[in-house]
Amino acid sequence: MTTAEPLLVRAHGLTKHFGDFEAVRGIDVEVRRGEAFGFLGPNGAGKSSTMRMISCTSPRTGGELSVLGLDPNTQGPLIRARLGVVPQTDNLDTELTVRQNLQTYGRYFGLSRAEARGKATELLEFAQLVDRADHEVEPLSGGMKRRLTIARSLINDPDLLLLDEPTTGLDPQARHLLWDRLFRLKQSGVTLIITTHYMDEAEQLCDRLVVMDGGKIAAEGSPSELISRYSTREVLELRFAPGEQEAVVPSVVDLAERIEVLPDRLLLYTKDGEGALNAVHGRDVRPLSSLVRRSSLEDVFLHLTGRTLVD
Amino acid sequence: METIPSRSTGVVLNPVRAVLIGVEKHWTWYRRNWRATAISSFLQPVLFLVAMGFGFGSQVQPGEATGGQTYLVYLAPALVVVTAVQNATWESTYAVLSAFIWQKSYWGAVVTPVTPAQICYSQLTWIAFRLVSSAAVFLAVAAALGAVSGPGVLLALPFAVLAGLAFAAPVVAFSATRETAEGFSGLFRFVVIPMTLFTGAFFPISQLPEWLRPVAWITPVWHGVELARGATFGTLRLLPALGHVGYLVALTAVGVVLGRRYFQRRLAV
Repeated sequence: MTTAEPLLVRAHGLTKHFGDFEAVRGIDVEVRRGEAFGFLGPNGAGKSSTMRMISCTSPRTGGELSVLGLDPNTQGPLIRARLGVVPQTDNLDTELTVRQNLQTYGRYFGLSRAEARGKATELLEFAQLVDRADHEVEPLSGGMKRRLTIARSLINDPDLLLLDEPTTGLDPQARHLLWDRLFRLKQSGVTLIITTHYMDEAEQLCDRLVVMDGGKIAAEGSPSELISRYSTREVLELRFAPGEQEAVVPSVVDLAERIEVLPDRLLLYTKDGEGALNAVHGRDVRPLSSLVRRSSLEDVFLHLTGRTLVD
Repeated sequence: METIPSRSTGVVLNPVRAVLIGVEKHWTWYRRNWRATAISSFLQPVLFLVAMGFGFGSQVQPGEATGGQTYLVYLAPALVVVTAVQNATWESTYAVLSAFIWQKSYWGAVVTPVTPAQICYSQLTWIAFRLVSSAAVFLAVAAALGAVSGPGVLLALPFAVLAGLAFAAPVVAFSATRETAEGFSGLFRFVVIPMTLFTGAFFPISQLPEWLRPVAWITPVWHGVELARGATFGTLRLLPALGHVGYLVALTAVGVVLGRRYFQRRLAV
């Protein structure tokens, strides 16, 4: 990403309070045109509150925020006209047809009936819903509804697309299909901002991301930067019967740069997972099972917060 | 910070158009689903007219209380008002709450260039349209059944719609503060039903105990019935008419102001 591209989102010291609760506690974020940017964090980290402020539907409590170079406090409608928003929970009109959902939405953005019709036809293709075009939305599968919601958000050819947990609650096949669609958007130059608590989603889609926890940004970088900064290249997972893993720590502690103790297993962070595993076997430690894998964002998150992402 | 040139096709609609586009969406829904609403919005009042007007009314002698009309003809303009208020209740309770919590369609609209206030105005404009159309259908059926004495009954329509809106607007605002539908059954039982039965549509409120009459006076139905019946039978006088209309317009205005505030508070948090 070149720094010549303009900043579409710029937040400085951004906060959001709900009564006494501080959902977002002073974050700095910059997103440039063409980027796919992610907010990664567990439920309650402040990701959705941040997204709602960026989508100009939730006034900020404090700090600075500009979206598309404009101030959401005063230019909300003008900004929203150029955004696409995929909310966390679908709010499709389930008693309208798939096509009607797209067309009526386009009208809110000032498209003429003919333009809305044309764009809807194009998006039906993109969302792979052509054969469902004139069916009611209600009986569609979760994955289809999600694709329709994404298609709907593209009705105005947005300058910036905001996706709040786009694949939460979908089965693996539906998720992969969605990722494919989002990847195509990214390739075509659409700027994406995604929140997720799935590390694989963040790794697949995001050029750059921030890890959020407790309303603050814990780390920022590309997925590979974050992994190399906060984790080792490989991880050796040793699974034990519950309760036994603590006792093993002293006998393997020197084999890794860092050890995490989870309820059912040990994670040994090391450059060479296979080597560590051989050494473990040499010391007469007998795990129920073992696995050598590459470090992921999950490990970064675990290191930064001491917790796993989805629990 | 520089402004970013737009590649998007989206634009901000002027406020009137934004409201009308919202109405268009209701219309799209209605075209598919009107059958489901036909029974409550139009068949039910026709059954009322038949039961009360023909059945019960056959036992009532035309006299001073009915303005010399048969009970059926006396009832018809008032029933237009009662019907409008009943339809208004439905359209401003479940339909509104659904758009907040079940269908969530307001949440879909609020991320587009339209504003929460415009969403509120669209809802009210749509309700007005529904009131006009269902009252017109009801009047046509009433005429076919011989329940109207002449074209004067057409004047009942605008007054019925005004009375319906005077009730719908505050109720829309109320619905915008609800998290569940629990409050609605109380509204139906303790407000809507007494308000339609005891406020002059079926019998003059002079039959009520004296201490109860002021309660009738604050309801939009009483004002609507006075206007509709007076206009139909040519007995309406200017000053009382202005008073009734003024009261109904004021109720509507209060509802609109509150509705706008509550929509804003709920949709922009």
